[in-house]
Amino acid sequence: MFRSINNNQSELITIYFEGKALRVQKDLNVATALLEAGISNFRETTIKNENRGPYCMMGVCFDCLINIDGMDNQQSCMVKVSDGMKINRQITRNTSQDEQ
Amino acid sequence: MSNNEYDIIIIGSGPAGISAATLADHHKARVLVLDENCAPGGQLYRAIEKNQKNDNEWLGQSYQDGLPLVEAFRESHVNYQRSAKVWHLSNDKVVHYSVNGKAYAAKGRQILIATGAQERPFPIPGWTLNGVMSAGAAQILLKESGVVCENAVFVGTGPLLYLIAHQYISAGIAIKAIIDTTPRGNYLRAIKYVFGALGSIKNILQGWRWKREIIRSGTLYIYNISDVKINGINSVVSVEYCQKGKWKNIDCKYVFLHQGITPEINTSLSAGCNKSWNERQACWTIDIDQYGQSSVKGISVAGDASSIAGGVAAAQRGSIAALNMLCNIDIISSNNREVFSKPFKRKLNAEMAARPFIDTLFRPHSRYRVPTSSNTIICRCEEVTLAQIQESIALGCKGPSQLKSFTRCGMGPCQGRLCGLSVSEILAKELRVSAKQIGYYKIRPPIKPVTLGELASLDEV
Amino acid sequence: MSNFDSVVVGGGLIGASIAYGLARSGQRVAMFDEVDNAIRAARGNFGLIWVQGKGANNPYYATWTRQSAKQWPDFSRELKELTGIDLAFEQNGGFDFCLNEVEFADRQIIMEKMTVDSDDEFSYEMLNNGQLKQVLPNIGPTVIGASFSKWDGHVNPLYLLKALHKAFKQLGGKLYINPITDLQHQGKAFQVSTATTNYACEKVILAAGFSNKTLAPKVGLNVPVYPQRGEILVTEKVKPFLHHPTGYVRQTQDGGLLLGDSHEDVGFDEGTNINEIQQIAKRAITIFPYLDSVKIIRAWSSLRILTRDGLPIYDHSESCPGAYALSSHSGVTLAAVHALDVASCIAKGDSLSPSLTCFSAKRFDV
Repeated sequence: MFRSINNNQSELITIYFEGKALRVQKDLNVATALLEAGISNFRETTIKNENRGPYCMMGVCFDCLINIDGMDNQQSCMVKVSDGMKINRQITRNTSQDEQ
Repeated sequence: MSNNEYDIIIIGSGPAGISAATLADHHKARVLVLDENCAPGGQLYRAIEKNQKNDNEWLGQSYQDGLPLVEAFRESHVNYQRSAKVWHLSNDKVVHYSVNGKAYAAKGRQILIATGAQERPFPIPGWTLNGVMSAGAAQILLKESGVVCENAVFVGTGPLLYLIAHQYISAGIAIKAIIDTTPRGNYLRAIKYVFGALGSIKNILQGWRWKREIIRSGTLYIYNISDVKINGINSVVSVEYCQKGKWKNIDCKYVFLHQGITPEINTSLSAGCNKSWNERQACWTIDIDQYGQSSVKGISVAGDASSIAGGVAAAQRGSIAALNMLCNIDIISSNNREVFSKPFKRKLNAEMAARPFIDTLFRPHSRYRVPTSSNTIICRCEEVTLAQIQESIALGCKGPSQLKSFTRCGMGPCQGRLCGLSVSEILAKELRVSAKQIGYYKIRPPIKPVTLGELASLDEV
Repeated sequence: MSNFDSVVVGGGLIGASIAYGLARSGQRVAMFDEVDNAIRAARGNFGLIWVQGKGANNPYYATWTRQSAKQWPDFSRELKELTGIDLAFEQNGGFDFCLNEVEFADRQIIMEKMTVDSDDEFSYEMLNNGQLKQVLPNIGPTVIGASFSKWDGHVNPLYLLKALHKAFKQLGGKLYINPITDLQHQGKAFQVSTATTNYACEKVILAAGFSNKTLAPKVGLNVPVYPQRGEILVTEKVKPFLHHPTGYVRQTQDGGLLLGDSHEDVGFDEGTNINEIQQIAKRAITIFPYLDSVKIIRAWSSLRILTRDGLPIYDHSESCPGAYALSSHSGVTLAAVHALDVASCIAKGDSLSPSLTCFSAKRFDV
């Protein structure tokens, strides 16, 4: 499990993941904040519905895509948390699945 | 010179970029540095300023060595735009980038690409499972946010793997196991280069000390394995490795993979720079001359973005490139370029002397670059397996472009960054030719995704 | 020296359609294709099976297009059964947007003419913004309207090419990845040569895109074509919202959007022009304002193979009977009729169908 080992913790803010409130440090990026809160399953892939989460943490792999404040495909490792942010798992099914 | 015109535009604020910027500024050039992170330092010296106020001595001395570079950069008059995503670089030296959802254009008389490196893909079965990350990710979590992952399994080879293990052990964080995939034969092969490496004996000793410390710490350290894979259905449940013909299992929830770093070539390729295949490093490098000048006039490449040589080498190459660019635009004479670059060249040569040893010792085994298990995912974005690639090769695909159009491999948002190397090597193996002959994906803009709104709002340059 | 009934020069959409069709007709066929990084129109296709507007000034072309569109459902099914590849074919009608009043008025005239020329076989509807909103809720407020025709559809053009290659192979066809260096008419047969080998055949079909220009004269034919660049943007995958193809925007089966297009006179330059792709972006946002926050992940360009009048070329050589030349920039729409009708005609050993006589390149010899 992920945890912080810094002594100098910055102030906490509130973000929401799937409606649930989380208290996180204000200078974290979204991916880190979620990992620290025990969440690593950020999205479902389009073709095989596999669970994905962060892989590279530096904006190269695009696996950490998540829905932030209603917008899909946000690279959570490159976005800082902000107070009141609403985060949801991303599910973008392909059209043929939608018709079932 | 109008507001968005510069003498030199530098993409990347890692050691190469900031060294070049500081030096160019010192010679009174008008410099713009663009970087997608929120503070300078690149990945190597990431969050170095922030970490000064924390008690983080376990991050190590070579990390701290970056501080003077960043401080000098801050003290300079360079125009530094952080959180800037560069998405286009035309070969007439116009750079398009976005900050906070708005797109901008800047024109440079000279451009320096200093976009650094990325992790080499590690396509083993299960590498896309939820819970698998790169060792670089572990480094970033630690440096940027002081966050660690307890009881993870680290798998792979290379200095960065030992570094992160050393940092975890120093900070007292429990590691479930370290599975070292360094091929046994590499030690023997590397011996003939050890004399060249004696110049950076300090680094070699440090690496050896880390390894000894790992063993002494009692952390489960496994080596001389013949295969490894990750198990799980929705997320990681275990890592399995094969040693002396027997498969053994280690239960875990998180795995960190690493088998070296490779240049971020997409930026240079999208600008039209030529590339070459480096057999010893088993990756593509960008063609540059001794001053970092690429095959495109006015565009230079410095640091790991051209070929992997580490942070200290990157700083030297950045400085040398800056001097050359200053000379190209008549800010310094060619005589001064030679004189001023001497100390940097000396230091660079010392660093480069160690490369053959390091590259040979940590060259990943081909089975971890070109998997044999056909259901291994090769393209993470589009979920394309080795089996699908092999089927398309059987249908007549002889290169990455045709393969891309038949399988969608390389068509996702990462635009081949995590599959390109694998694809070149898989095609080379299946078609029994060299990776050099196979080539690489054709890279097209945008270098990183850009919204339609940003593109639409761009004013003409 | 290998013998084949037919050799098809070109492994793109046209070549592969013909080669598959010939193999399907029982011929022993060899298809020749170029190396990986050659210019390939087949890879730059938008994927539309488009009927409305095509041949507005040439009813024969309109009829030919409709003939292909009618056969597409069976064609797609046939390829899927043979190869297992799903082409993501859909033919539920397409929209062509009108962004100003003049365009709307002109479009109505064209659609009406096409209906009359086709004896009412072709049909369409003109929809204003309010009506469009019923079917396409995300439509932008400044879009004046659109023409809709149930004849239009779309398909994954890359999977189409893959399926044609696979089907060709399954039916015994031989693919050679080697450029053709020479072509000779020898009595009643032909000799096709690469750098290493000669191949003999009774028929040769030139479907080699721009290379047709140099190969055609060797067999008494002429293919006057020139390049026109078109650029396309592709976006990240988004939730499905567009269930019909349109002339400028198309959502693929896995959620990505294709946005087009441009018409650029730049010779053989396959690069990207920022101003052109900016126009594409602006137009896409006008049509669907929601796209403002959607990200482009790649821009690519491809060279259309055009004739002066925009119509295809179908020719059978008089001086070298058994040699054919084909050229079209609508390789997707016409794939069905190429594979099924043109190929079986060639296989029977005849001249091409009389309805194609008007597409001979002789029309340029004025």
